[in-house]
Amino acid sequence: MTDTGATETAAQDRFLLRLYVAGQTPKSLTAFSNLRKICETHLAGRYEIEVIDLLERPQLARGDEIIAVPTLVRKLPEPIKKLIGDLSDTERVLVGLQLMPER
Amino acid sequence: MVAGSESGSVASGPVGLLKAATGIAGLDEVTDGGLPRGRTTLVCGGPGCGKTLMAMQFLVRGAIDAGEPGVFVAFEESPEELAQNVASLGWDLEDLGSRRLLAIDHVRIVEGEIVETGAWDLEGLFIRLGAAIDAVGARRVVLDTVESLFGPLGNELLLRAELRRLFRWLNDRGVTAIVTGERGGATLTRHGLEEYVSDCVIVLDHRVHDQVSTRRLRVVKYRGSHHGPDEYPFLIDRTGFSVLPVSAMVLQHEASSERIPTGVGELDAMLDGNGYYRGSSVLLSGTPGSGKTSLSARFLEAGCERGERGTLFAFEESPAQIVRNMRSVGVDLQQWVDKGRLQMIAARPAAYGLETHLARIYWAIEQFEPSNVVIDPLSSLQGEEYEINATLSRLIDHFKRRGITALMTALIRGEFEDRAGLGISSVIDTWVDVSNMEIDGERNRGISILKSRGMGHSHQVREFQITSQGFAIRDVCAGERGVLMGSARRVQEARERAAATAQGAELDAKRRRLEYLRSAQQAQVTALRAQLETETLELANEIATGERRERQLEQDREAIAAARRGAGVSEQGKGR
Repeated sequence: MTDTGATETAAQDRFLLRLYVAGQTPKSLTAFSNLRKICETHLAGRYEIEVIDLLERPQLARGDEIIAVPTLVRKLPEPIKKLIGDLSDTERVLVGLQLMPER
Repeated sequence: MVAGSESGSVASGPVGLLKAATGIAGLDEVTDGGLPRGRTTLVCGGPGCGKTLMAMQFLVRGAIDAGEPGVFVAFEESPEELAQNVASLGWDLEDLGSRRLLAIDHVRIVEGEIVETGAWDLEGLFIRLGAAIDAVGARRVVLDTVESLFGPLGNELLLRAELRRLFRWLNDRGVTAIVTGERGGATLTRHGLEEYVSDCVIVLDHRVHDQVSTRRLRVVKYRGSHHGPDEYPFLIDRTGFSVLPVSAMVLQHEASSERIPTGVGELDAMLDGNGYYRGSSVLLSGTPGSGKTSLSARFLEAGCERGERGTLFAFEESPAQIVRNMRSVGVDLQQWVDKGRLQMIAARPAAYGLETHLARIYWAIEQFEPSNVVIDPLSSLQGEEYEINATLSRLIDHFKRRGITALMTALIRGEFEDRAGLGISSVIDTWVDVSNMEIDGERNRGISILKSRGMGHSHQVREFQITSQGFAIRDVCAGERGVLMGSARRVQEARERAAATAQGAELDAKRRRLEYLRSAQQAQVTALRAQLETETLELANEIATGERRERQLEQDREAIAAARRGAGVSEQGKGR
């Protein structure tokens, strides 16, 4: 069920992704470039990335319960998914975004 | 620099360690002023031991009393839950929030919700915390509890490094912080947070022994500061979190030479005529139903009559029951309760652990400031044997320091030898024993003074009577079987009276007989004397008559003779 559900989700929906970072750190730059790559590969044409720098807008950290950075929040499709780290483990990112089934 | 002159500052810690008063009753005494200012204190303990409450009280008191705003980062409870939990303590967190004295940030993390995809740091938390601190100008911060981060965030090594950075960051911000942690098995906290907090560590302990819970606090470590070394009982009640700073026993209290009446005149008489010493500790031991409570109540009543306040801690009866029962022996406690001079606090012995009971007693005394205190009975306060004597001694010591005259009752079931087993007897100044004694199938109360320091006291067992009119102590009869009381005493007294009466009657009879004999003799003597006089008189008359006759006869003979010699017959006739 998880298998087909995830695949269906991936096939139809638009992805609204929000990346929380704290300044232009190596980790945040790495995360952003990893995210771009993954989106181009798996979600071409149906994704939107919003980058939020908490140093500039600290009040936004509370809304999505951000404590670790970088954090990627999948706002759409629902349910909301949260991924922390620089997104270098592509397989876990795909699993976390439900773009591939968990092994 | 001369070492000697600097010893003061050396003792008080590196470069005058500043402290932030916690505002938690008792804790500032134990920590010698509060938590290390600008540093982080770890408070650890098991679930439900009061960590969160203690931390919140630190912020609330800081905000209200010291005007220091605070930030509470809640990893477990929502702001609504926190507000609800402390509303019963009279703390309005919302109000504090609107006055910018408190900011609560709820960090909601759910295990399994977060997928780890590579290197991360806790900068998000730092930013949130920083924003909250800046928003209210916080001087105090609580993190409750960062251990919740273990698990959900995955990489433990990374987390540990970040926590280390977090604590350093808190120090850099200059806030006084409390970080809470769950008690672990081999370590103080489950994830070894104590490794990162080196300034001050406080352990809260919540033990359940014989289904009775006892809460204790211990300052495990306080770098650069003196702190109380013991485990201190603490309370969570309607006023919040409070620590009972019962110190180690120190014999430095003042010894008053003032005496106060016991409430029973005859008992005062047994105590050198003046009653107890003010500020002394009195143990009133006795068998069940021997009148310990009545005597205690009378003691408090007498205090109230003198205008003093008294507190009765009852562990066996409810206040209403005590009032009713004491009324039946002529002691009206209710009027003194109504007048605010008497306070009655009742609790089941099993309701709390020993330390908690002591803490309640301690706080009640702090608030009511009584001159006289009764604990009825002390023997119902049970604890582990090794600690009970020391703990009770500390309580008694506390009474003495406060100059409170304390009367504590102790229930004794066995014989006299067992009474020596009352371990606290050595810290007791006056020991009065009231015990039921059975004689001829009847129980009566015997009262005696086992000891009373600093005064000459009675060594006799006397009979103690409680009637609806009040109390009376009577001398007992010493009989062949020892002292006699009650009916036996009355029988003995009657017997003695009867014997005395019989003896008196006999004596009277003897006296009367003597009187009779004396008067009889007197009569005899009088009679004899009268007889003698009579006989003497008669004899004298007879003698006189006889002599007269003799003289007549002589004269006659002479006349006859003369007549014979002269006229003869005419002479004879003349003479007739």
